[in-house]
Amino acid sequence: MNLQKSTLNAVFTYTLVVVAFVVAQGLIKSGNISSTLRGQLAPICAYIVMAVSLNLTVGILGELSLGHAGFMSVGAFSGVVACVSLANVIPLEPLRLVVGMLVGASCASAVGFFIGIPVLRLGGDYLAIVTLACGEIIKNLVTCMYVGMDSHGLHFSFLTSASALQLEKGGKVIINGPMGIAGIPKLSTFTMGFMLVMFTLFIVMNLVNSRAGRAIMALRDNRIAAESVGIPVTKYKLMAFVTSAALAGAAGALYAMNFSTVVATKFNFNTSILILVYVVLGGLGNIWGSVVAAAVLTVLPEMLRGFNDYRMLVYAVVLIIVMIVTNNARFKAIPTRLKKRLRGASNV
Amino acid sequence: MFERGQKTKLAPLPATIFVPERDVDKQPILEAHNLGIDFGGLTALDGFNFAVSPTEIAGLIGPNGAGKTTVFSLLSKVYQPTRGAILLNGRDTMGMSTVQVNRAGIARTFQNIRLFNNLTVEDNVKLGLHNHIKYGMLSGILRTPNYWKQEKSAAMRVKELLSIFNMEHMVGKRAGSLPYGAQRRLEIIRALATGPKVLLLDEPAAGMNPSETDELMENIVKVRDTFQIAIVLIEHDMNLVMGICEGICVLNFGKIIAKGAPGDIQNNPLVIEAYLGRQKKDGQHAES
Repeated sequence: MNLQKSTLNAVFTYTLVVVAFVVAQGLIKSGNISSTLRGQLAPICAYIVMAVSLNLTVGILGELSLGHAGFMSVGAFSGVVACVSLANVIPLEPLRLVVGMLVGASCASAVGFFIGIPVLRLGGDYLAIVTLACGEIIKNLVTCMYVGMDSHGLHFSFLTSASALQLEKGGKVIINGPMGIAGIPKLSTFTMGFMLVMFTLFIVMNLVNSRAGRAIMALRDNRIAAESVGIPVTKYKLMAFVTSAALAGAAGALYAMNFSTVVATKFNFNTSILILVYVVLGGLGNIWGSVVAAAVLTVLPEMLRGFNDYRMLVYAVVLIIVMIVTNNARFKAIPTRLKKRLRGASNV
Repeated sequence: MFERGQKTKLAPLPATIFVPERDVDKQPILEAHNLGIDFGGLTALDGFNFAVSPTEIAGLIGPNGAGKTTVFSLLSKVYQPTRGAILLNGRDTMGMSTVQVNRAGIARTFQNIRLFNNLTVEDNVKLGLHNHIKYGMLSGILRTPNYWKQEKSAAMRVKELLSIFNMEHMVGKRAGSLPYGAQRRLEIIRALATGPKVLLLDEPAAGMNPSETDELMENIVKVRDTFQIAIVLIEHDMNLVMGICEGICVLNFGKIIAKGAPGDIQNNPLVIEAYLGRQKKDGQHAES
């Protein structure tokens, strides 16, 4: 019964994403899509991945993390460095992007692991505050970082300037401190983004419906009871947190490779909150909700361009309306009422 | 004091606790030697000596605040004792965590029910089976054949366990939506699923009506008979305690005031005093 329900849910989510992808592709082919929206398709995929991965921490594990953009940042910068430095080794662009995402994911998961060990000992508000601080620390560290490449390989410098990299002639500065990365090869495509979304959904939904996922949800529901049935708390908290960070890293790489320049200050507290808004509006623990919320709320500001100066005001009002409506008991009862009506109709 | 997990040589406990005939030759499964804990300056438990034989149903009773739940918290390592030692199957449990002591064979239920409310009944029991389901995170994500095999056998085991309390039909329900009595039963099943040698039940009959309590009594005995485990229970329902417990230990103000078979306990003047207060000779009102 339960397995059936979760399988149905997964099938629904995959179908939703595939249908959205096909529709968007159709719109691109027929030219019925604005150029701004078209340029947003890959970032939308990145935001969906961010939202789904944050949902793993906030909705499934039940720990409020406010530093998710930090992991995105780590993934973005390490992914771009990997892609730029491997330009000659791997000429095939999609493969290079995949490698970049893998590098981004592994760097972000490593950072997630080391942050997670001390941070996950905390709970509730304290954890939220410390993750917020960690996100800001990552942002500031990346701002002070210089990375360059020449024939000897990668050069790294911290808190100095690009000249301290001592690159030989013909060397190239990749990360230039506060100026970030310029001249990023545009490797991200909508198709690659779609594939990353599907991959993320596959990982998260299968994880949730396995032994490890059950243990993670048990920690959320009742930590003391979970310990009493022999579930190691730290192991599963870290598992959820690191998986979440890794996916955020991959999303960061995808995101960065869509723009020609990227700076560390892009991945600040506001971005973390933005993603948290997607998760909360989509419903905590509700994976397809996160997908829909991330997609709609990324497109919405573009659609509201007609309101000019009042755009963000209208955006805020829409957010409030969504919150009120989705928490309305009558609105929530609609699916069950529909089901009853359908059943009644089939009985007659 | 003791090496963790080592066999320790402690003097055998004074044989004041009741040992059922079938367990006479056996070593006690659970022993507490001179156990005590202080919270700040407050001594919550002191000089607690206690032994449970491998298939005994033992009762732990006493007025409110006597330290009964503290004993359970010490046995399940929610607290580490200030003094004394707990031996499980002859091995010292010192320094073990709740998780380790559960794997070693102690499972418990809670006075205020602690279920995984947002998960289904099936998932709750599967979480009890957590350490018996053997596949890693990766094969869970990749859905290897081992995943399907293990999940299938776990689902069957869940059905078996639920059938003890006739709860098979509730398998897909959300644990938090179950009626109170069913939640208590589910918590017992979840504890049983961990495969314990000793099961600690903290007020299993709280909030149950008399007919439910009667059923619970039968079920506790049935569980003991089928699984051949020791059960220690805290309970205020004297009907239940006197009905099924073979050995009873009475606590008051953190100290044991009586130990023995139900018949001895009922007539023990100290116990009566603890529960009902002392009759003052000079006609003053009774002290509680």
